[in-house]
Amino acid sequence: MKTTSYISRQVENLKPSGIRRFFDLAAQMDDVISLGVGEPDFVTPWNFIEQSFHALEQGYTSYTENAGMIELREEISNYLSGSFQLDYDPNEQLVVTVGASQAIDLALRTVVEPGDEVIVVEPSFVAYVPIVSLAGGTPVTIQTKAEDDFKLKPEQVKEAITPKTKAIMLCNPNNPTGTFLNKEELQQLAKVIEKNDLLVLSDEIYAELTYDDNYTSFPSIEKMKERTILISGFSKAFAMTGWRLGYAAGPADIIAAMVKIHQYTMMCAPTMAQHAALEAMKNGRQSVQEMTESYKQRRNFIVSSLNEIGLSCPNPGGAFYAFPSIKETGLSSAEFAEQLLQEEQVAVVPGEVFGSGGEGYVRCSYATSIKQLDEAMERMKRFVEKRL
Amino acid sequence: MKEIEVELLKLIEKNANLKVEKIAKLMGKSIDEVSELLRDLEEKKAILGYSTLIDWAKVLDTEEVTAMVDVKVTPARGVGFDKVAERIYRFPEVKAVYLMSGAYDLSVSVKGKTMTEIGKFISEKLSALDSVLSTTTHFVLKRYKHDGIILHDDDDDDKRIVVSP
Repeated sequence: MKTTSYISRQVENLKPSGIRRFFDLAAQMDDVISLGVGEPDFVTPWNFIEQSFHALEQGYTSYTENAGMIELREEISNYLSGSFQLDYDPNEQLVVTVGASQAIDLALRTVVEPGDEVIVVEPSFVAYVPIVSLAGGTPVTIQTKAEDDFKLKPEQVKEAITPKTKAIMLCNPNNPTGTFLNKEELQQLAKVIEKNDLLVLSDEIYAELTYDDNYTSFPSIEKMKERTILISGFSKAFAMTGWRLGYAAGPADIIAAMVKIHQYTMMCAPTMAQHAALEAMKNGRQSVQEMTESYKQRRNFIVSSLNEIGLSCPNPGGAFYAFPSIKETGLSSAEFAEQLLQEEQVAVVPGEVFGSGGEGYVRCSYATSIKQLDEAMERMKRFVEKRL
Repeated sequence: MKEIEVELLKLIEKNANLKVEKIAKLMGKSIDEVSELLRDLEEKKAILGYSTLIDWAKVLDTEEVTAMVDVKVTPARGVGFDKVAERIYRFPEVKAVYLMSGAYDLSVSVKGKTMTEIGKFISEKLSALDSVLSTTTHFVLKRYKHDGIILHDDDDDDKRIVVSP
């Protein structure tokens, strides 16, 4: 029996992620130094893990409330107010999800109706466009430009808006460019957003990982909280990717609607992960600070090394990605990544998988030990010298 | 102490073998700036030395023996425990001396080639000091973690998938 015809047209039409193909290639090879990884190299801090053990020993193996344990929501609420001056009611304005990814999915499914347009700013995390499509919406992409340091300009948003535009997806600091938007830049965007009555999905999963300037959370900007769904989680700054734990905060009616989908499709986020996250919220500051300091040093190292090699790379303000230009080599980003992998066993991700604006660039994750980064830079130097 | 000095010290505390060039790159400073900072910190005796943590068991046939000795002493008038501590820490066999609160006064770490050698040092030198009232010796059987570093930790594989979004 041929079952392909049973697959929905929408899913059939979904393009497989460009990262997937590259993963298959890299996974077959030995001695690969990977700068292709979108997650911390640090293992989850021991006290979070140990707290999860303890919870399991105590028998916390059942479901929690749909929106997540109230203790955890209270701690997240305190954290958001302490770190980002945000005021969210843990009872009505917060939902704990299976990673920030599920929060994005819930948010889009909650607000998008067929025909609605959602603006996605590229180069960006690969999941936004497919999730908008799966929710029945029409993704409208904007390409940020290298000459603007990949910063989104208010004029670009204006141009992309049509009568059908319902929401805009923002990510700050951004994956894959590491671009960081400061308060003034966000305020400029907020003006356009307010004027056009858009809803904002603000993915702030890298908010803790900024290195030069103070971070401004989008909903903390005047009048933006009422029209923003804040999405974040524990994966990046708390080194908890595998635990799959995130959250969304926003207007009570939207969060209630998201919880409705969540209760039918997921029930709740994993209980043992919620207990680990509780410890992360209560006693995780020091670990986050130490990891952030380490990322900052690695960023300094990789950016200066890439520029020395001849791959021009601006200083990214946040996340753990450098996004150097490879145009000087005359290769496309896919060719560059593929040949670098074959010749020198270094994995980077071609910029084009993050959107057409990423062509001519590659994403290098510096969430890797200095020793590995050092070796990777040696190999890349050898590779680039042959081509310049 | 300045923030930048703390950052530098934390880096070389973890790895004394880091070259100045690399430290400069990591901190986003010039090589000259880093060299000068290091010189200052050495002069201030904030940096006391650059030692290497070695697992001697991997190199020598016989492992070195370490004993932790709890020492009860009579403090001296005017100088408290300092004088007797000095009498003890001057011995090269002694690797560390701490003044402790609780059941005894000084915690003394002693290293030797064999248990006999350490026993001889304790009975003939340490216990024989006038101000030493008693000693209790504990031999170290296995080192799991030393100065923040986990020994015998060969499991440093990267468990992440090679490429992820």
